[in-house]
Amino acid sequence: MGCCGPGAELALLAPDAGEEVLLASRVVADGVRQTDLSVPTIHCGACIRTIEKALGGLAGVESARVNLSTRRVTVRWHSDRSPPPFLETLKQAGFEAHLFDIEPHDRNGELSELIRALAVAGFAASNIMLLSVSVWSGAESETRDLFHWLSAIIALPALAYSGRIFFRSAWKALRHRRTNMDVPISIGVLLAFSMSLYDTTQHGPYAYFDASISLLFFLLIGRTLDHMMRERARLAVKGLAKLAARGARVLQADGKQVYLPVSEIAIGMTIMLAAGERVPVDATVTKGASELDASLVSGEQTPVPATVGSLLRAGTLNLTGPLTIVATATPDNSFLGEMVRMMEAAEEGRSVYRRIADRAASLYAPVVHLTALFALAGWLLATGDLHRALTIAIAVLIITCPCALGLAVPMVQVVAARRLFESGIMVKDGGALERLAEIDTVVFDKTGTLTLGRPRLIGSGSMDPKAIGVAAALASHSRHPYSRALVEAAADLPPSRSMFDEVSEHPGYGLEARSGVVTYRLGRPEWALASLADAGRTSGDESVVLYKDGSRLAEFHFEDFLRANATTAVTELMNAGILVQVVSGDLEAVVAPIARQLGIPFFAAVLPAGKIAHIMALEASGRKVLMVGDGLNDSPALVAAHASMAPATAADIGRNAADLVFLRESLSAVPQAISVARHARRLVRQNFALAIAYNLVAVPVAIMGYVTPLVAAATMSASSMLVVANALRLRSPRKIAPLAGAEAQLRPRP
Amino acid sequence: MKEYFYLIPIAFGIGLIALAAFMWSLKNGQYDDLDGAAERILHDETDAPIRKTSRQVHNR
Repeated sequence: MGCCGPGAELALLAPDAGEEVLLASRVVADGVRQTDLSVPTIHCGACIRTIEKALGGLAGVESARVNLSTRRVTVRWHSDRSPPPFLETLKQAGFEAHLFDIEPHDRNGELSELIRALAVAGFAASNIMLLSVSVWSGAESETRDLFHWLSAIIALPALAYSGRIFFRSAWKALRHRRTNMDVPISIGVLLAFSMSLYDTTQHGPYAYFDASISLLFFLLIGRTLDHMMRERARLAVKGLAKLAARGARVLQADGKQVYLPVSEIAIGMTIMLAAGERVPVDATVTKGASELDASLVSGEQTPVPATVGSLLRAGTLNLTGPLTIVATATPDNSFLGEMVRMMEAAEEGRSVYRRIADRAASLYAPVVHLTALFALAGWLLATGDLHRALTIAIAVLIITCPCALGLAVPMVQVVAARRLFESGIMVKDGGALERLAEIDTVVFDKTGTLTLGRPRLIGSGSMDPKAIGVAAALASHSRHPYSRALVEAAADLPPSRSMFDEVSEHPGYGLEARSGVVTYRLGRPEWALASLADAGRTSGDESVVLYKDGSRLAEFHFEDFLRANATTAVTELMNAGILVQVVSGDLEAVVAPIARQLGIPFFAAVLPAGKIAHIMALEASGRKVLMVGDGLNDSPALVAAHASMAPATAADIGRNAADLVFLRESLSAVPQAISVARHARRLVRQNFALAIAYNLVAVPVAIMGYVTPLVAAATMSASSMLVVANALRLRSPRKIAPLAGAEAQLRPRP
Repeated sequence: MKEYFYLIPIAFGIGLIALAAFMWSLKNGQYDDLDGAAERILHDETDAPIRKTSRQVHNR
C-alpha cells in the first residue's frame, strides 16, 4: 500500500460520522472546537503537506496541524456549523483516520515535570562542578569558602525543585511503612546537603554539594528514560483504531433519530445499526437481515448470519445490511462490560509482580542504612568526634547511593524497548519486560493471532483473471470479508471495465447486479445458482460462486491464512524449550488443522472463563504463561497471564490490557520479544553485579574515611557510565537462547 | 586571582539564560513533533513560525 497514493483500498465510508466527530471533540475557545484524529499511515513530509492542505481547505476549519511523531492531526473548527467531513476528506486523500479520544487535561504533565527537574539539576550540577574543580585543585581557604557558599546558593533551589520527585515518593513509601529506592536517596542527599551547609559555615575544607546534586541528576536521567518509554508505548497503542462503538443512532418514540453516546443507551431502546457499524450493546434484531463479523468477540472466523430475533453481542461488526435492533442490556451488562469485570477479577487474582529494582531496593536500602549507622557508631566510639563520624557516615550513604539501580535498570529497559520498537513491538513498561523474560509457556489464540483473521482467496493463479475482475468489481460494493478478499486478490490484475447499472446486496446471500440485460450474481451457491439445475454441485460451504445469466462463471474458495512466519516462530519457541499451546473460542474443526499444521496441542471452543481457568491452571502448576491473543474474549486471559502480547489489530480493550503490542504482520515478534527480554534480564543482572563490585571497593574506602568530594564525584560518575555502557551492548532481536537442558534438541542450522 | 572573579556571575548568568531558554522551548511545544519539524523545513509554504493561537490566548 502506497503511503501517499490516493486510496488504494476501496472506500468503506462510515455512514455519517458527523455526530461522532462532535462527541469526540472539545471546545478550546469561543466558537472553536478541536478534534484529534489518529492517522497511523502518516510517515513522510509529503503526507504532512497533503493532509494539512486537504483539511485546511475545508469550509469551517480554522487550522489543521499534523504531528508526525505521534501520527496525529489536530483540527480546530468553528462550532457554529456542523463538523466538516474530516474523515471523508482524509479518506479521499488516501489516509485511514480514526477519531482520537481527547484526554481530560495535560497528558504529559508528569513527563514535562521530570524533564524540567532534569534541566534544573543538570544546570546546577554543571555550575557546582565548575566551582568544585577549582576547590579540588587547591584554592585558598578564602576562595574556597566563597565557592562553597556559591555552591550552596545554587544547590538549595535545585535540591528543592528537582529533589521533590524523590522526596515525595520516599515519603509516600515511609507513610505506608515500606521502603523503596527513594528513601536512601532522599536521606543521603538531604543529609549531605545539610552537613555541607554546616561545614561551610564553619569554614570546613570539604563540601558535598556537587555530589548530592549530581546524584540527583544521574537518578533523574534514569527516571525520565523510564517514563518516556512508557509514555511512547502508551501513545502508540492509543493511536490505533478504536473498535468499541462510541455512540449509536437511537429511534425515539416520535420517529426522530438521535445520536446518543453508548453510556446513555438503556434497555428497550431501538437502535438503527447501519452496515459497517459495531453493535453498541447486547441486543436482539427486530428488522432486517445481515451478517456479523464476530471474530474479535468470540474468535469465530466465519461471519454469522443474523435475522429477526437473533441475539447480537456488543462489539460484533455488522457487515452487509442495515438492522433495527432493540437493546437487551445496558453497556455495563453487555458482553463488553462482562469482559471488563472478568479482567478486573483476574487482575485481583494475579499475584502482584514487584519489579527487580524494587525487590533489590528492599534488600539494598536496609544494608546501606545499617552500614552508614555502623560507620557512625564505630567512628564515634573510636574517636569521640561527632562531626567526623557524621561526615564519614554521609560519605558512606552517598557513595553507596544506588546509581547502578536507579540508572542501570531503566537504561537497559529503554535500550531493549528501542530495539523492540525497531522491530515493530511496543512495550508498555519495564516490568513487562522483566516478566516476559521469565515465561516458559506460550498460549496462542487462533483467529487474528496465529492466523490473520481475514480470509484470502486461494488458487487465484489458476483462475480466469477476467472472472476475478468482474467478481471484484461486484464485491467492491460489499463489506463482507469474502468480498474484501476478492477485491484484494484483484488489486494486482488489470482493472476490469465492467460497469453495472444497478447493484443490490442480499444480506446473508450475496450480491446481485444488472448490466444492461445481463444479470450477475455473486454469493452463496445455493442462492446464486437457485435457478440452475446443477445447483447441488458445490464443494464445501466456504465457497462463493459468480453467476452470469444462467451460467456459472467461476467458483472462489477462501481460507484464513497463518500469519507470516507463524511456523518458524512456533518452532523457535519450542526449540527454546518453551511449551506452546493454542486455546481458541472457535470450533474444533477449524482449530484442529491449524494446530496440526504447527504441531502444537490445541483446546477448541473455549469460553472466555475457560481461557482464564486454563491459564490459572498452568500458573498453579508453576508455569509462567505468556498469553498472545487479540479478541475481546481473550482480554481476561491476557490479564490473568504472567505476561501478555496482542497484535495491533486486536480489540482495543485487549490491546490496552496486553503488556506488549506488535504492529507487524509477522508472528516472529513473539520469539523476538522473548529473546530481547531475556538479553535485557542478563544485562540487568550484570549491572547489579557491577554495582555490588563497585560497592565492595568503595564502601570500605568510605568507612575508612578516605572519601573526599573529589573521590565521591569520580567514583559515582565512573560507575554510572559503566552501567550505561553495559546497557548499550543490548543488540537487536536474535534467536532465543535455549533454556539449560534444551540444547540437545537444538542445533542451529548453518 | 581575585580579579577574575567577575567571570563567575557571567558564567552563571549565561547558564541561567540557557536554562530559561530550554524551559521556554519546552513550554512552547518545540519538542512536540521532532520528526515533523525535520520534514517541514523542506516545505516552502510553512516558513512562518506556527503558533498555537487559540489555546494560548484563551487558557491564560
